[in-house]
Amino acid sequence: MSVAERTDYPEPDAAPVRAPAQLDTFMGMRITPLTQRRIDTFKKNRRGVWSLWFFGVMFMVSLFAEILANDRPLIISFDGDIMFPFLVDYPETRYGGFFETPAEYRDPYVADLIEEKGWILWPLIPFSFDTINYNLDVPVPSPPSAENWVGTDDQGRDVVARLLYGFRISVLFGFTLTIFGSVVGVVVGASQGFWGGWYDLLFQRFMEIWGSVPTLFLIIIMASIFTPNFWSLMFILLLFSWMGLVDLVRAEFYRARNFDYVRAARALGVSDAKIMFRHMLPNGMVATLTFMPFILAGSVTTLTALDFIGYGLPAGSPSLGEMLNQGKANIQAPWLGLSTFVVLALMLSLLVFIGEAVRDAFDPRKTQV
Amino acid sequence: MTLTDTMPSDETQLTANTRSGRLVDVRDLSVSFQMAEHVVEAVSGVSLQIDRGETVALVGESGSGKSVTALAILQLLPYPKAFHPTGSIKIDGEEALGASDKFLQSIRGNKISMIFQEPMTSLNPLHTIEKQIGEILLLHRGMGRTEARGRILELLNLVGIKEPEKRLNSYPHQLSGGQRQRVMIAMALANEPELLIADEATTAVDVTIQAQILDLLEDIQRKTGMAMLIITHELGIVRKLAKRIYVMYQGKFVEEGKTADVFANPSHKYTRMLIASEPQPRQTTPDPNSPMMLETKDLKVWFPIKAGVFRKTIDHVRAVDGVDLVVRQGHTLGVVGESGSGKTTLGMAVLRLNRSEGSIKFGGDEIQGNSFDEMRPYRHEMQIVFQDPFGSLSPRFSVGQIVEEGLVVHHTSLPESERRDMAAQALQEVGLDPANMNRYPHEFSGGQRQRISIARAIVLKPKFIVLDEPTSALDRTVQVQILELLTDLQNRHNLTYLFISHDLKVVRAIADDVIVMRDGKVVEYGTCQQVLKNPKTDYANALVRAAFELAADTSGAVNV
Repeated sequence: MSVAERTDYPEPDAAPVRAPAQLDTFMGMRITPLTQRRIDTFKKNRRGVWSLWFFGVMFMVSLFAEILANDRPLIISFDGDIMFPFLVDYPETRYGGFFETPAEYRDPYVADLIEEKGWILWPLIPFSFDTINYNLDVPVPSPPSAENWVGTDDQGRDVVARLLYGFRISVLFGFTLTIFGSVVGVVVGASQGFWGGWYDLLFQRFMEIWGSVPTLFLIIIMASIFTPNFWSLMFILLLFSWMGLVDLVRAEFYRARNFDYVRAARALGVSDAKIMFRHMLPNGMVATLTFMPFILAGSVTTLTALDFIGYGLPAGSPSLGEMLNQGKANIQAPWLGLSTFVVLALMLSLLVFIGEAVRDAFDPRKTQV
Repeated sequence: MTLTDTMPSDETQLTANTRSGRLVDVRDLSVSFQMAEHVVEAVSGVSLQIDRGETVALVGESGSGKSVTALAILQLLPYPKAFHPTGSIKIDGEEALGASDKFLQSIRGNKISMIFQEPMTSLNPLHTIEKQIGEILLLHRGMGRTEARGRILELLNLVGIKEPEKRLNSYPHQLSGGQRQRVMIAMALANEPELLIADEATTAVDVTIQAQILDLLEDIQRKTGMAMLIITHELGIVRKLAKRIYVMYQGKFVEEGKTADVFANPSHKYTRMLIASEPQPRQTTPDPNSPMMLETKDLKVWFPIKAGVFRKTIDHVRAVDGVDLVVRQGHTLGVVGESGSGKTTLGMAVLRLNRSEGSIKFGGDEIQGNSFDEMRPYRHEMQIVFQDPFGSLSPRFSVGQIVEEGLVVHHTSLPESERRDMAAQALQEVGLDPANMNRYPHEFSGGQRQRISIARAIVLKPKFIVLDEPTSALDRTVQVQILELLTDLQNRHNLTYLFISHDLKVVRAIADDVIVMRDGKVVEYGTCQQVLKNPKTDYANALVRAAFELAADTSGAVNV
C-alpha cells in the first residue's frame, strides 16, 4: 500500500478516556428501551395482562394434570411404607393380592387390602382421562353428580378429567406447531427477503403451488394409510403451516435491506449472517411475535377440527374435538357439548385477548421512540 | 390568463376591506400536549398578527414549535391530546379557538390553505393531478368536472407547469419533486386563499428547485395579493420574501420586527447565533503533493432495465456514467448536483457497496472486482456517514454498541473492555460525553446522532470517509458545528473526504476540489474556488446562483 500507514490517533486530552461501566443485564439480556416501552404498553392493557395470567395459570395447572386427575392414588401408606403409585407401578401382589400385574386401585378389593394396613390419598379427581367409571347406576353418558362433577361421556369416562387432559394436549400441540412453524417461516422469509432475485422468485412460485395443496384431503388420505399420532399429525400440519409468516418476514427484510444502519454495517464489513441476525431479525421478529398468539389460536382450532371429524389424534386420546363430536351425537346430554364449548371458547378468547395486547405493544405508533 | 382576471369579485372585496385589514390575530397562544404521564408545553404565550397581503416569516430551529403554531391557526392539531391553556386565534375577527367543525372547514383550504414539506406524501399516489385539484374545487365550490377542468388548467399555468393539458392525467410519481411541489401549491391556491401557510415548503427539494419555488410564490403573491406565512429555518428565504419576521426559540417568540431591522440589529442571542451561523469558506489548503488516496477511471454504475418473459436487458439507467476522479490524502472532494444526478450512487460505488464497472484504486490497490471477503481488510480504512441521522442508527443498539460494531469485526482479538474504551475515545473526539454510551439513539438530537455516526466511522481510524449529505437534515446552526467538527477531525488525522451535497454553501466550507454531476456524468471539475467563481457550464452556474442568491434559473439548464 502506497499511502503511509497512519499512526495512532493522538489523544485529545492528556488523561486516557475510559468507557463507563456496562449497564446491568437482566437474565443475561439487555433490555433495550424499545423492549421496555413495549412491556409497559402491554402492561397497560389490563385485559391482556389478566388474560395472560389466567391462561398461564390454567396451563400450569393442566401441566400437573396427573396429580389432579388420576385413577391411581397419590400416596399410599401400606405396612409402614410410603408409596407413590401415580409415579411407580406396584404389582397387586405387593398389597397381598393375586395378580403380578400393576394394581387396579379403583377395584374395591384392592382398596380394602390396602386400607387394612394403611391409608390411601386420592387425587382431587380420582379418574384419569381414560378411566371408565363402572360404578354408575345410570346409563352413560351420565349426568353431573358428586362423583363425576360434569358427568361422564358415552363410555363412562369422567368429563372433567378429559377436559383437563384435552386442554393440555391442545395447548401443547398448538405451542409446538406454532414454534416449529414460526422458525421455519422466519428462516425462509428472511432468506428470501435478504437475497431476493431468482431465489426469491422461484421460492415464491413454489410456495404458491405448495399453498394450494388441499391439506385436509392429504390428512384424510394419510389417516387411511396409517393411524396418526401426536408427532405424525404435527409433521403433516407443519408441512403447510409455516407459510403464514413467510410473506411478512420477507417484506420486513426487503425493507430493512435498504435501511441506512444496515448499509452502514455493510460498510463496516459486517458479514451477511451477522447483519441478518443482529440488525434485521429484530424487525422480522416484530411481525412474528405480533402474530404468534393468533397462530397459536389457529393451531388449536385446527387440531380440534381434525379431531371433530375423526382424523385427528388416535381414538381414546383426550381431545376437545372428540368431546365436541360426542356432544353432537348426544344432544340429550348437554353437559358434554356445553362444558367443552366453555373450555374451548375460554381458551381461544384468552389467546385473542393476549394477542391484541401484544399487537398493541408492538404498534409503532404507540411505542414511538 | 391570470388568476386575477377570473376573480373580479374577490379583487373588489379585497380593496373594499382595505389591504391593511388584519387577517389573523393570534394572542397569547399556548399549546400543550398531554403525554402518557406528563404535559409537554410546545408553545407558550405567542402573539402573531398577519395583515392582508403581507408576508410574514416564522423562523426557528426544528422542535422550536413553528409548525405547531401554524397548525394551531387552522386547528389541525391532534385534539384532545393537544390543548390550549391560554390564548385566542381570530381569523377575520372571528374566534377560531374551539369553533365548530363547520366553521373551521369553511376556513381550511378556502380562506387559509397550507403547503407542507414533503410533496410525495402530501399527494395521494392513487389520484391523477386533475382529480386531486378537482376534489378541492368540488368540495368548496361545488364545481362539476368540465367546469373544474378549465380552472385546473388555469391553476397549473399559474404555478408554471408546462403543457398542463398533458399533465392532467399524470400521477404524482410521474412528476419530479419540483413539479409535485408546484401541484401542491396549485391545490393550495385553488380556492384563492387569503393566507397561504408554507411550512418548510422548500426544505425537501434541491436548491435549484427551491429558488424556482420561491420565485413562484413571490410571483403569485404579486398577482393575487394574498398573505403568506413562511415557516423555515433558512434565513436566506426570509431575507428574500418576508417583510416581517418572528424568531421562535423553545416555544416562545424571542424576537419580532421588520426583517431588515432584525437582520441589522438582532437583540436576542439566539437570533445573533442564527445570523452568524453561515458556513464559512474553507481556510486551509492541504499539501498538493500528498499521495493518492482514491482514483477512479471510467467508473460506471448502470442499472439494467429488464423487460419481457426472459427478463432481457433492453436498456440501462446510467446512474454513474464514466466518472474519473482523483482524491489525494488529506483533501476533500466535493460532489455536487441535483437529486438524481448520481452523487450517492457514486459514493456507494467507490466504497464497493454496489456493483460497478471501471477502475477504482484505493491507496494504490485496485479494489474493483474484490469479493466482500476480499474487501474486508479495506473496510476499516474507508467509512461512510449517511444523511439521515434517524435512519442510520439502529434503534435497538446502545450508542456504545453502535460505535463498537466495527471493532468487533476488525479487531476480533480485542478484549471487550478495551473495545469499549476505544469507543469511548471516539465519542469523546466527536464531542460527546462517553458517559452516555449506555443510552440509546432516540435520546439524542439530530446533530448529536450525526456525531454518533461520525464516531462509528472514525473509531476504526479510517483514512477515507464518504460523507453523504451529512448536514442536509440538520438546522443551520447545527450544520455549522458538524462542518467544524469534520474539518477539525480532518486536520488532526489527515483524513480524506468525499463530500456529497446539493448545497454549494456547505461544500464551499469543506471542499478543496469539486466535481459537478449531472445525469451520472461529470460536467465540471476543478478547485472549489474556480467552480464557484467562474462556473463554466450553465448548469453549474445555476447551482451556484441558487445556492448563494436564491435566484431561479430561467435558461433551462436545470430541471423543472
